[in-house]
Amino acid sequence: MNEPPPATAHDEAAQLSLAFDNTDTSQAVTASPKKKSSARTNGTSKRSKRASEPVTAEKMASQQREISVSEFFAKNRHLLGFDNKRKSLLTTVKEAVDNSLDACEEARILPDLFVGIEQLSEDRFRVTIRDNGPGIVKAQIPNIFGKLLYGSKFHRLKMCRGQQGIGISAAGMYGLITTGKPLSVISRTSKRAKAHHYKLAIDTKKNRPDIVHDDAVEVDWDHGTEVEIELVASYNKGRQSVDEYLEQTAIVNPHAEITYQPPAGELVVFPRGSDQLPAETREIKPHPHGIELGILMKMLKETGSQKVGAFLKDEFSRVSPTVCKTVCEKSGITPATWVKQVDSQTAERLYQALQEVRIMAPSTDCLAPVGADQLLAGLLKGVKAEFYTASTRSPAVYRGNPFQVEVGLAFGGALATDQLARCIRFANRVPLLYQQSHCAVFKSVAETNWRQYGMQQSNGALPSGPLIVTVHFASVWVPFTSESKEAIADYDEIRKEIGLGLRECGRKLNTFIRRRKRTERESQRRSVFLRYIPEVSKALEAITGRGSDGLREQLMEIATHRTELADRELDDRGNIVRKRRDTLEDEHTVIVERDTPLDVDDSLFEGDDVKRISEKGAKAPRAKGKRSKKKRASKKK
Amino acid sequence: MAKKKTVKKAKKAKSSSKRSKKNGSTPTKEKIVGLAESVVSHIDAEENPSLNVPIRSLSNVSFNTRKKIIEMGENKANRPFFDLGNARRFMQTMLMSSELLKLQDQFKTTSIRDMFYHCKHTIEGTREETFNDQDESDPIIEDLEVTLGSLREELRVFANPDGAMVGPAVIRDRGDEIDLSRMGSGGWAVPSIVEPDVIEFVKCKAKYVLLIEKAAVWARFNEDRFWESDKCMIIHGRGQPPRGVRRLCYRMVHELGLPLYVLVDNDPWGYYIYSVIKQGSINLAFESARMAVPTARFLGMSSYDAAEFDISPSVTIRLNDKDIARAKEIMAYPWFQDRRWQREIKHMLKLGVKLELEALSNKEFSFIADTYVPQKLKKGKWLD
Repeated sequence: MNEPPPATAHDEAAQLSLAFDNTDTSQAVTASPKKKSSARTNGTSKRSKRASEPVTAEKMASQQREISVSEFFAKNRHLLGFDNKRKSLLTTVKEAVDNSLDACEEARILPDLFVGIEQLSEDRFRVTIRDNGPGIVKAQIPNIFGKLLYGSKFHRLKMCRGQQGIGISAAGMYGLITTGKPLSVISRTSKRAKAHHYKLAIDTKKNRPDIVHDDAVEVDWDHGTEVEIELVASYNKGRQSVDEYLEQTAIVNPHAEITYQPPAGELVVFPRGSDQLPAETREIKPHPHGIELGILMKMLKETGSQKVGAFLKDEFSRVSPTVCKTVCEKSGITPATWVKQVDSQTAERLYQALQEVRIMAPSTDCLAPVGADQLLAGLLKGVKAEFYTASTRSPAVYRGNPFQVEVGLAFGGALATDQLARCIRFANRVPLLYQQSHCAVFKSVAETNWRQYGMQQSNGALPSGPLIVTVHFASVWVPFTSESKEAIADYDEIRKEIGLGLRECGRKLNTFIRRRKRTERESQRRSVFLRYIPEVSKALEAITGRGSDGLREQLMEIATHRTELADRELDDRGNIVRKRRDTLEDEHTVIVERDTPLDVDDSLFEGDDVKRISEKGAKAPRAKGKRSKKKRASKKK
Repeated sequence: MAKKKTVKKAKKAKSSSKRSKKNGSTPTKEKIVGLAESVVSHIDAEENPSLNVPIRSLSNVSFNTRKKIIEMGENKANRPFFDLGNARRFMQTMLMSSELLKLQDQFKTTSIRDMFYHCKHTIEGTREETFNDQDESDPIIEDLEVTLGSLREELRVFANPDGAMVGPAVIRDRGDEIDLSRMGSGGWAVPSIVEPDVIEFVKCKAKYVLLIEKAAVWARFNEDRFWESDKCMIIHGRGQPPRGVRRLCYRMVHELGLPLYVLVDNDPWGYYIYSVIKQGSINLAFESARMAVPTARFLGMSSYDAAEFDISPSVTIRLNDKDIARAKEIMAYPWFQDRRWQREIKHMLKLGVKLELEALSNKEFSFIADTYVPQKLKKGKWLD
């Protein structure tokens, strides 16, 4: 996570050190030793009368010491997504790729990524990730890669992939713990500068980078960062694999070109589908409705403003002078009150007032959704379905944080018909592969009634049939259920928005399914007639002596005419039909005619055959210019 | 087809099925060609070619209380070719018509099973068969009978013949004179087609015709030479009598002026066999006029016979649910509304038992021929 965001590499001030020098955090992790021992004194002295060897407060104090964040996470590495070998590999790749993409986007560089996995022995792998980002200034490299909770992203509200500043250092730490090999970083900030090469180990006790190796090297790229981690892991294909992660990443990041060298097999290229970088997003201040009392108090303590009025206006978004006045009145102070004079009771009143007052929803230009077009292009590239549709909801707010939901559906074609639908989740352009059932996305999909859209579904389950549901959740702060960032927390507002998006796409799906059934009936009808026409004309010839060839042709004509007539009737019958047609003619819906039955496992999402993926890549241009008016299924037949 | 002068007979063919015997199979052939030509004219007009087939079901039959027969109504089903539900049947009908025409041209007669095999083949370019089984082809032939207004005999097809007859009479069967009193134990097998051009009555000394449901019981009467002592024709149809037997009975009643008595089991199925002889059946309602014998008399067995002839309760059989349901169904038919019939069926339901003809053998092997039938005839104990 801690890759240096800024285009200007010297913007170090933005990167705040969070871990130990920050008193708040350390208090949160361990209480101060003094306080703890005094609190225990009474209890222990009583008990000591009975115990054979009395444990004194002093003795206990000798064992009471600070716990380092690194130590804590080294012991609890499952919290960060390193619970098993397979997942560790994925998490390592994921953290590095997320950082690289974030860095490139922030520096407005079209990302060009290389991901390499090399198998060293049965369960030992070397993961290499190289990007063409802005690079990292030399002084920051050790902190970013060798210290947990060090980063640029935690303290601001801005839509990006990383959040806490744990990921990549945790990956390095995991590698170190399992193989003893330090993490290696090479970074270059410009053509003029030389590349630095560091080998870093984390001192887990002190949560501090331990520089093992440091020199300057020659590299053949102009700018960017290359990370290399050796770790104990295992490599599999299929679901929840690195392959799947990269495929899905390519779908929601069509502006990135990703080259992937799997442990075995050919190099895979996910080509760039769009030269358009995601819109630059603005960082926003917290919204008063989204904070808690403790945070308000902390903000009061840390603010540079001297008066409450200025504090409210500067530190929060959407606090207008009127709001400021009302809030102050309600809490019994004036905007001119000194911030230093606000005691805890006043702060509580202030907090209450902030929650009660109506405040405009946060601005939403901080969000950069993938966009229905891009989502659609990604699906077209990755899935061989027949029907595609996507929609982007307008932004909404949960707990003061703006967010936006995008939904894409792919149906039919080569997708398996006898299985449950597939649910693909993204948060801020990052695929989520684990903990599906805890995720708000999954719950929304399962609680949507797909039967009304022509699908089959058992109660409380995903619909079954050839369907892929894609949901992208974009927010300045994605509420994950855990540090390993696998599932989106289940806020009512979020679930509601996802549900609305699903229904919007579901309605289009319904139209398509119904139309397809109709077309099927029609063509079945026609084929029945065509089958019998020769028999009938032969029989008629035998009886009447009329030439059967002529009769056959005439009958064929009538058959075509009659079935065509039925087609036309559907379109011209009036408003309802015309309206229905329009719903599928919007620009975010694509229907692809697939005449020949497809080789089923050709789907990208099966993830079984890496080679095919590269073939798929070559076909990608097909995705362009897809907004098909002429491709409508029923017309073509 | 060899021409025969028709015996005078009340020819009550339906208006649409007037048969002219002038020249071979011309009328039937003309009808088939006419049907095909109407289809062709539809095609020429770029219309949906269709057939109008009279409906053969309970919804389209009525009981003519004056003639006392079941008649087919006027309702017709339109069967267009370009309709998913009808396309296959339309094709089959056309195919069957063309094959039936060949029979006409070749002056041959064949069985409906033969026709099934004759028309069966795989449709070109598919794995679909024109006909899957005979259950598919038989209704097509029946549909054609009613659509063309041609009798089955005129179409030159027949069903499996079943049934036998003996008695003091001489007939001519396709030119061969046959003395029906010299038929041994098996009797004369009644053919499927018994039209005057095939079967002629030469001589007859019988006073009545006795139609027996079961072949085994008929064999008893034959062995005892009941027909000789009682001067009657005995005939059976092995259960529900086939068309040939029914048509022959009709002809004997109408051309020889003999009364017809029916001897069946005492159960709902026996009642129904009698009713088919008497009024005709639903499925073949269009043939009622030339097969039904409204004067047929129900000789037995009646539900009152057990008491009358002191038959042991141990040879009765309990009515099962199906029997009871069928009995109630029959009671509701318009042609069973006669008071005596309602009483008869109700009595059977009240007793809750049925009785087979063979049950009479419990007394004496020949009790049925020696005692039961003569006594009933003598006392006039029959229903009609």
